[in-house]
Amino acid sequence: MIRSITQPKSDEELDRLLDGFTRLFIVGCGTCVTMTNTGGVDQVEAMRKKLLEKGKLITGHMVVPVACDELSYEILEEQADKIEPAEALLIMTCAFGVQTIASQLKKMVVPALNTVFIGKETGPGTFQQVCLQCGECVIGETGGLCPVTSCHKGLVNGPCGGTNNGKCEVDSNKDCVWTLIYNRLKEFDQLDLMRRYQKPKNYNVEPQPGKYVFNAI
Amino acid sequence: MVASFKDVLKSGEFVITAEVAPPKGTNLESAKHHIELLKDKVHALNLTDHQSSVMRYPSLGTALMVKELGGEPILQMTCRDRNRLALQADLLFAYSRGVTNVLCLTGDSVVVGDHKEAKGVFDLDSCQLLRTVRTLEKGYDLAGNQLDGGVKFCAGAIVTPEANPLEPQLIKFEKKIEAGADFIQTQAVYDLDNFKSFMEYARPFGVKILAGIILLTSAGMARFMNKNVPGVFVPPDLIEEMSAAPKGKALSAGIKIAGRMIKRIKDENICEGVHIMAIGREETVPDILAAAGL
Repeated sequence: MIRSITQPKSDEELDRLLDGFTRLFIVGCGTCVTMTNTGGVDQVEAMRKKLLEKGKLITGHMVVPVACDELSYEILEEQADKIEPAEALLIMTCAFGVQTIASQLKKMVVPALNTVFIGKETGPGTFQQVCLQCGECVIGETGGLCPVTSCHKGLVNGPCGGTNNGKCEVDSNKDCVWTLIYNRLKEFDQLDLMRRYQKPKNYNVEPQPGKYVFNAI
Repeated sequence: MVASFKDVLKSGEFVITAEVAPPKGTNLESAKHHIELLKDKVHALNLTDHQSSVMRYPSLGTALMVKELGGEPILQMTCRDRNRLALQADLLFAYSRGVTNVLCLTGDSVVVGDHKEAKGVFDLDSCQLLRTVRTLEKGYDLAGNQLDGGVKFCAGAIVTPEANPLEPQLIKFEKKIEAGADFIQTQAVYDLDNFKSFMEYARPFGVKILAGIILLTSAGMARFMNKNVPGVFVPPDLIEEMSAAPKGKALSAGIKIAGRMIKRIKDENICEGVHIMAIGREETVPDILAAAGL
């Protein structure tokens, strides 16, 4: 399943973001951030204690099932009496959750996490980026592995010279996706696909900010 | 008047290029000194482009300096720092100022350099940059617009003959040749028997190949490269030879090794020439050439 992968902001940054706010309501999420141990029940409780020690007043806290879902509004509505006195919401969800809640409640929001990438769990506690949503999918010629996402440089014509023993120039713990692509295409006797010249990518498929209007039939 | 690099490549002469690193700052004295020292001893000088992603004086500016001092520059261009507009613009500028040799590189990741938080661009890759050169030569830019005044380049690329795994690199190498590379400068090679087998594979493609020679300055440096530089392998006997050098003589041993390798490449006609990278020791290049009997 697609997951939003998050990391906690540093204490220094959080202190800066919370400077001037005394009364806070904390929101966690039961989905991706629970899986990554960054915004589940335990982390929300730990945050509550930490902020109390820092002299903040916590008006309430809640872990909503799916923060990015529109239903979060109705769930949070039930906490209105605790949210109302808060000067800001400290939101321990990914950016989708923070933005959803920000659009629903008339409160300043402070994200407690950084959203690092959209990926999937590939093993216990291991998450891997799978798609950059480039709008020009190339994996039909790479055996289903995405070089735009999984090559550090997003190269589409084969590996750079920094690849080493099948690992990436920037981190020997990361695979060189072009080695994986080569192995996979070789297995399928499709190496000619790798020999094909790939022209420069089109970065104008859907200019940022992406917006798509689905024309229902 | 120096011969154009393209003519040298065509001449059948043993081709020698060397590398000059632009300075970190605006004090150009050392780069100027190296250019003056080497411009008549080698056929062309490569100017590195923020080598290892460390911000420096631009390769284009240093290439102009080589021209001004009467040498033949090879402008190294990476795709790390410029998008397709900026790369094309710099190619137009380079040509307009007489810089007509370009080495097309993807470029190291910004993460390995000194501005680790910078955005790596990589709008194009090395193959695409080579094709960009060839497109501009036809009188058009990448958007298909006609140019008012064209360009003509001798364009090169690189290959890593000791890469592991090698096959994906060879596929890329072939794509670079298809993209129109006139010459190839290789990553450092030390095991010439290995390199000979690479050349057996590469020779039929008909592209001019210059073997990369990195000057060894100590046994420690050789071990460091083996551990940290992808696709560089210094065999144990060369490390041993460096270790055995008396105190203070390691550099001389490195010069001797580099000279000996160049001589063998030339004598056995292993490839068309060499590209000498005496990183930080550019003043030793004449000694390396002397050691090679050149």
